Amino acid sequence: MDFLTIIQVLDSTVRLATPLLLACLAGLYSERAGIFDIGLEGKMLAAAFFSAAIAAMTGSVWLGLLAGIAASLILSGVHGLASITFRGNQLISGVAINFLAAGMTVLIAQSWFKQGGRTPSLIGGGRFNPIELPFAETLSTFPILGPIYSELISGHSILVYVAFAAVPATWWLLYRTRFGLRLRAVGENPAAVDTAGVSVVGLRFAAVAICGVLCGIAGAYLATGLQAGFVKEMTAGRGFIALAALIFAKWRPWYALSACLLFGFLQAIALRYQNIDLGAFTVPVQVMDALPYILTVVILAGFVGKAVPPRAGGEPYVKER
Amino acid sequence: MTVAPAIELKGISKAFGPVQANKDISIRVMPGTIHGIIGENGAGKSTLMSILYGFYKADKGQIFIGGMKTSIPDSQAAIAAGIGMVFQHFKLVENFTVLENIILGAEDGAMLRPSLAKARQSLTDLAKEYGLDVDPDAIVENLSVGHQQRVEILKALYRQADILILDEPTGVLTPAEADQLFRILNRLREEGKTIILITHKLREIMDTTDTVSVMRRGEMTATVKTSDTSPAGLAELMVGRKVLLQVDKVPATPKETVLEVEDLRVVDEKGVERLKGISLDVKAGEILGIAGVAGNGQSELLEVLGGITSGTGVIRVNGQDIDLTGKFSDGQSRRARGIAHVPEDRQREGLIMDYMAWENTAFGYHRDPAYQSGILMNNAAIRADTEEKMERFDVRPPNPRLTAKNFSGGNQQKIVLAREIERNPDLLLVGQPTRGVDIGAIEFIHQQIVALRDQGKAILLVSVELDEIFALSDRIAVMFDGQLMGFRDPAKTDEKELGLMMAGVVEEEAA
Amino acid sequence: MEKMPAWADAVLVPLISLLLAAILSALVIIGIGEDPVAAVKLMVQGSLGSTYGWGYTLYYATNFMFTGLAVAVAFHARMFNIGGEGQAMLGGLGVAVVCLYMPWPHWSLALIFATLSSAVFGAAWAFLPAYLQAKRGSHIVITTIMFNFIAAALLNYLLVNVMRPKGSMDPATAKFPETTHLPTLHDILEPFGIAFSKAAPANVSLIVAIIACVAVYFLIWRTRLGYEIRAFGHSESGAKYAGISPVKITVVAMLISGGLAGMMAINNVMGEGERLIMNSTEGAGFIGIAVALMGRSHPFGVFLAAILFGFLYQGGAELALWTTIPRELIVVIQALVILFTGALDNMVRMPLEKLFLIFRKGDA
Repeated sequence: MDFLTIIQVLDSTVRLATPLLLACLAGLYSERAGIFDIGLEGKMLAAAFFSAAIAAMTGSVWLGLLAGIAASLILSGVHGLASITFRGNQLISGVAINFLAAGMTVLIAQSWFKQGGRTPSLIGGGRFNPIELPFAETLSTFPILGPIYSELISGHSILVYVAFAAVPATWWLLYRTRFGLRLRAVGENPAAVDTAGVSVVGLRFAAVAICGVLCGIAGAYLATGLQAGFVKEMTAGRGFIALAALIFAKWRPWYALSACLLFGFLQAIALRYQNIDLGAFTVPVQVMDALPYILTVVILAGFVGKAVPPRAGGEPYVKER
Repeated sequence: MTVAPAIELKGISKAFGPVQANKDISIRVMPGTIHGIIGENGAGKSTLMSILYGFYKADKGQIFIGGMKTSIPDSQAAIAAGIGMVFQHFKLVENFTVLENIILGAEDGAMLRPSLAKARQSLTDLAKEYGLDVDPDAIVENLSVGHQQRVEILKALYRQADILILDEPTGVLTPAEADQLFRILNRLREEGKTIILITHKLREIMDTTDTVSVMRRGEMTATVKTSDTSPAGLAELMVGRKVLLQVDKVPATPKETVLEVEDLRVVDEKGVERLKGISLDVKAGEILGIAGVAGNGQSELLEVLGGITSGTGVIRVNGQDIDLTGKFSDGQSRRARGIAHVPEDRQREGLIMDYMAWENTAFGYHRDPAYQSGILMNNAAIRADTEEKMERFDVRPPNPRLTAKNFSGGNQQKIVLAREIERNPDLLLVGQPTRGVDIGAIEFIHQQIVALRDQGKAILLVSVELDEIFALSDRIAVMFDGQLMGFRDPAKTDEKELGLMMAGVVEEEAA
Repeated sequence: MEKMPAWADAVLVPLISLLLAAILSALVIIGIGEDPVAAVKLMVQGSLGSTYGWGYTLYYATNFMFTGLAVAVAFHARMFNIGGEGQAMLGGLGVAVVCLYMPWPHWSLALIFATLSSAVFGAAWAFLPAYLQAKRGSHIVITTIMFNFIAAALLNYLLVNVMRPKGSMDPATAKFPETTHLPTLHDILEPFGIAFSKAAPANVSLIVAIIACVAVYFLIWRTRLGYEIRAFGHSESGAKYAGISPVKITVVAMLISGGLAGMMAINNVMGEGERLIMNSTEGAGFIGIAVALMGRSHPFGVFLAAILFGFLYQGGAELALWTTIPRELIVVIQALVILFTGALDNMVRMPLEKLFLIFRKGDA
């Protein structure tokens, strides 16, 4: 593998990791507050469709982004209602939301565009286009660092930079603000928060809302940044890979970045190379496909350190009297 | 000049359905004093404290803080009124640091750094002032229980609580840690704080408090100056001079030893020792009654004997050792050894509330060949057996197909009792047999237990009700803090002496 | 005292939940510009109006009976087995192995061994998640989701690299030999003089599915194991008191669950496709969740719910054929059913309980 190829693979990694990262951070907020969310896939899918649809209809990708976020927020609201207000089974709610999104997106796509469940391809202002960072062109000839800057770092669409910026932002929000302290507390011991006079319900809904926004951006990026339009089931399990990354990252923001980059890298490799020849034997492409999931099971089994979820995760909070 | 009481309650009443948890409670606690509230389980202390902290709203009555009428609709109002509560089960975020736990909910602004800095400074000041030394950067789950409790106290002080309520604070502390706690409480009192100490331990009351109220069955039966009373006096007020339930029984004629326990120890998941070396024996044809306030190790004793948890030490039934290693859910082999168990909590353990009565009759014995027909269970046989049991034990309504949760407490208990007694066990373990059971059923249940004894069986009875202990036991043992305080002959002791032992005080035996 | 009678909880709550799901589905249909009443008429006509329709309805229902039973058994042990999809895929592998690599003189023998094999493969796929949950506390929902994806990758690899016949471009196995062909309903009913559609894929595995429903009923309510599973599902502390091992029950219940899901393969792989292809399960594992929830985890409820969903599936196919409504409508209905019966059941239950309380006071 030569240097240029490496750069290209890494470039691919960044673009593929972006939706994973956004969805992973989304899940992080929700689960840190004690609300399990296996519906990341559904929210992303819904956002992907609505952002592409509105972008196609209005020609503005920014309106599309807003629409995608709105769709994801609505599904978040349903999940919040079921999990928090009605104290229902959070896992079943997540499964239902995934199906709801899978079905509704195709249904509405067909109804609006009559193209067999997809949106028309997005062009021009309907897409997030790559951004050239300053001096990218001139620096590209600089040895080693040049291509790294001009190919790898520059030239992504804006949501990629947003996703990467979201990592330190999340870290800062969770660990340097009052809100973050309370959010983390409510996922570990809601009784501690309640007896301190802070609203458990309010915090949890806030977390679920942030999750909705981030999933919305993830989905919008998929349809308007990574690709150019919505096709059915385009999330292709990314929501679950994001969930796997979240567990792999032990629910921490910077680890989440590493995990998503790793999983994005695996996807990039699998795309580029069908089978990997390691000399003694070839690694079939299906192994790369399955690797994120296998790694997650290994983590969950506690073989690589303990993956301890937020202590109060998945349990509806009932005031103990 | 009259000083207003730090806290005054007038006529507080609270009912939950038909249960009157608090009946017309009136107290007055002066500032700069430590006031004890003593009472047995179910006396109403927790309800009262919940009202003070804003979890419940009293049906009737008023609260005055510093002489001013105050309404406490939620915990925020309680905190604002200067009330700080240290719960029996800590409300701490275990993987946060001490500092983070202290500022949670009382942060100074949206950014954490300044809040943490301010709290760090306060903590240093508080530590100096009250001797509450804790490492602010320690992770709470790594702290000893005693230190965790200090964090709870610091939480309250940080929020400028003037009134501190501690609910059974020494339940999870070692004696050394308890001493340290009381030193801290004394310091707090010197600095003018008001402390309400809820406990069932007489020694603590006598050593620490200035005044004490006794609660029994929802009422405040007395409020006295601690210096005006004595442990014996308090014990009497606590357990009450009730007419003892009489059970007609012939004197026991104990025969061979059925159960031997030697140096039994149990440690819970948090590493706290719950049973600290128990040794006892129970003979065939006798009832050994274990008295004590709940939470002093009796539950663990029953659980180890019943095969629900593991422990270390020696247990021998009919001369043969029982393997105590590792396996939890060893109930089947215990039953095979002739041990039957009526557990303390029939709803969580003794019954499956969503199972029908007949399904519960087979619970624990569902592998009995008599209940099978080929590879299937013989549900008809179980139902028939249930009908017979229901008739013999007067369970109402005698409907085997009724779900367990639809029976009254007394009838639920009878179902459990019938199941266990009719197994003809060599040893019957029975915990709180008449908790939540109406008077009519109590008598019946007591008769059944005595009848089993008369058939020559060994019975280990655990109860928090002293009258029950006296009515049934041939020998009495008292448990306190995971240890046996002593054995007594029911004819030669009284509730005063037992009350003292239950509260950790062993008086010299009269010659 | 119970807040509302048992029948209300078992029947009314799911019925009202279903009603809500139906109303919302009708709104969706209106939203995309179609007529819900006409849609329903078309669905009924297409799925129940001819033996061809019935044939497809029952074929789908057979799939859903197996996966629904799988989820139901796990629910009785208070576990949420989302891995039915992956377990069914492995079941397909089990069927393929038996049908392709062993000679069978008669289809009945092949069926017996294929059933066993599919169950074993499905159970094996459920074993690791079960063990990890029991011994290491790894959440079974997450692990079974992961195992679904791993199964897909595994099947992909096997079909492309190992089991694909030389020269074929299809990621699929060879066609199963004629002797493993299962009689369809047409074949079964012909000797009785009943003319059943020849083209419909419903086959003898429907009988196996019904037997499985009955067997699960006996297992759960008439055997010691079932007694222990239900007790553990209601109360882990009670189970420990009674000497029921949480580890044993967790693993055994999941093995049975995985086995049932795996058995679905005798219907779609052996009965219909007659070879193993990619994604032969087509989401049936997930529909099993809806079926189990609607059927309240009772085999008879599962049986009825499976037929209902079979009707929805076939009806949906007809809708897709004759109107502009895509098949995905069924996915939406399925989602709404899961949402209302599984996650929002308190939304229905709480007002119902209040209603019953008022009636009771009125009687008094």
